[in-house]
Amino acid sequence: MKEAGHILRLAALFAIGCAVFLVARHQIVPSGFGKYGHYREGALADNRAHPIKYAGRETCAMCHDEAITALGKGKHAGVGCEACHGPQSAHAVGGGQPKPQLPVALQLCVVCHEANSSKPKGFPQVASKQHYEGGDCKACHPPHQPK
Amino acid sequence: MDITRRDFLGTTKKLLLLTPAAAAFLAELSGEEAKLDSGYRLADHYWAMSIDIDKCIGCGNCVGACANENGVPAGFYRTWVEQYDVNGWNDERPDVDSPEGGMHGFPDRKAAGKSFFVPKLCNHCEHSPCVQVCPVGATFESPDGLVLVDKDYCLGCRYCVQACPYGCRFIDPQSQVVDKCTFCYHRISQGLTTACCETCPTGARTLADLKNPDDPIHEFLRENSVQVLKPHMATGSKVYYKSLDRSVR
Repeated sequence: MKEAGHILRLAALFAIGCAVFLVARHQIVPSGFGKYGHYREGALADNRAHPIKYAGRETCAMCHDEAITALGKGKHAGVGCEACHGPQSAHAVGGGQPKPQLPVALQLCVVCHEANSSKPKGFPQVASKQHYEGGDCKACHPPHQPK
Repeated sequence: MDITRRDFLGTTKKLLLLTPAAAAFLAELSGEEAKLDSGYRLADHYWAMSIDIDKCIGCGNCVGACANENGVPAGFYRTWVEQYDVNGWNDERPDVDSPEGGMHGFPDRKAAGKSFFVPKLCNHCEHSPCVQVCPVGATFESPDGLVLVDKDYCLGCRYCVQACPYGCRFIDPQSQVVDKCTFCYHRISQGLTTACCETCPTGARTLADLKNPDDPIHEFLRENSVQVLKPHMATGSKVYYKSLDRSVR
């Protein structure tokens, strides 16, 4: 049985090779890799872990229901609060602090309503330079109930 | 061992009955259906977006909000708006412009012909070319229908940047790894909508969950003539455009 020794040595070498491979693989491949596909499961949680800046209209409505009521079914009813007032997550989390700046109407209103031939035809637009005479938009057009 | 026909059929019946129960039990053990703290389940959602060209006014709110929410570096865009100007007969060659991604609005081109705005972002393709070329598994299609990037795993090799037919990826100049739209995964997994949809004043963009039978997306897809970008590339794009002009690429 001289030949058996050869085979045993080869088999032992092979087993050691396999063990080294398995240990190295375990060390190198991160946990959760391959659970859903060819990627790391933890990457999903990494993508979800990001701070929120825009609190969302429902959060605003928790305190500012008077503003939501004012919007009612008016022309601005579908406009999100933060479309005009900016990101307010810190304000919501801080229970009203920091206080947000009131947007400047002359700069804000034209973002949407400045005339542009590329805009949809039905959308209310004005050439602001001709339309106002140095006044404040809000004097004629209350932003929460625009006319 | 002798197995009678009766024994065999009986065992088979038991095994058949037990299989779904065993599968459910194993799934429970491995935590496959695990809920997040917020109660978000991967298997319950399949995200998409609808865009109504007839409603986009090119205000650029979405671009600004996206940059703000996600800390997108200046000069790069996860979403942007293009102004199209289709002159004369040749709608194969429209004039397209997107100054600063449209973040600060657009100049009036005094267009005589057809002119309109097209918001663009990652199409979160079902059969995504960027995922296919990634050599290390750093970009992937998640079970809830998003194309995401594992920034710890990305080498910054730029294969995916070239592979994306929509030009939606870029290399973050600071981290030197790829960055792209995530559909605000951190928001939508907590029941909020994306930053761009939240700040769109006309409702031109709407986040949609294709697995929610009550989502208005189903009516949107049924009632309108809807297109995706570059349908000939069979990417399985999930950003659905209503009233998309044929000149749009």
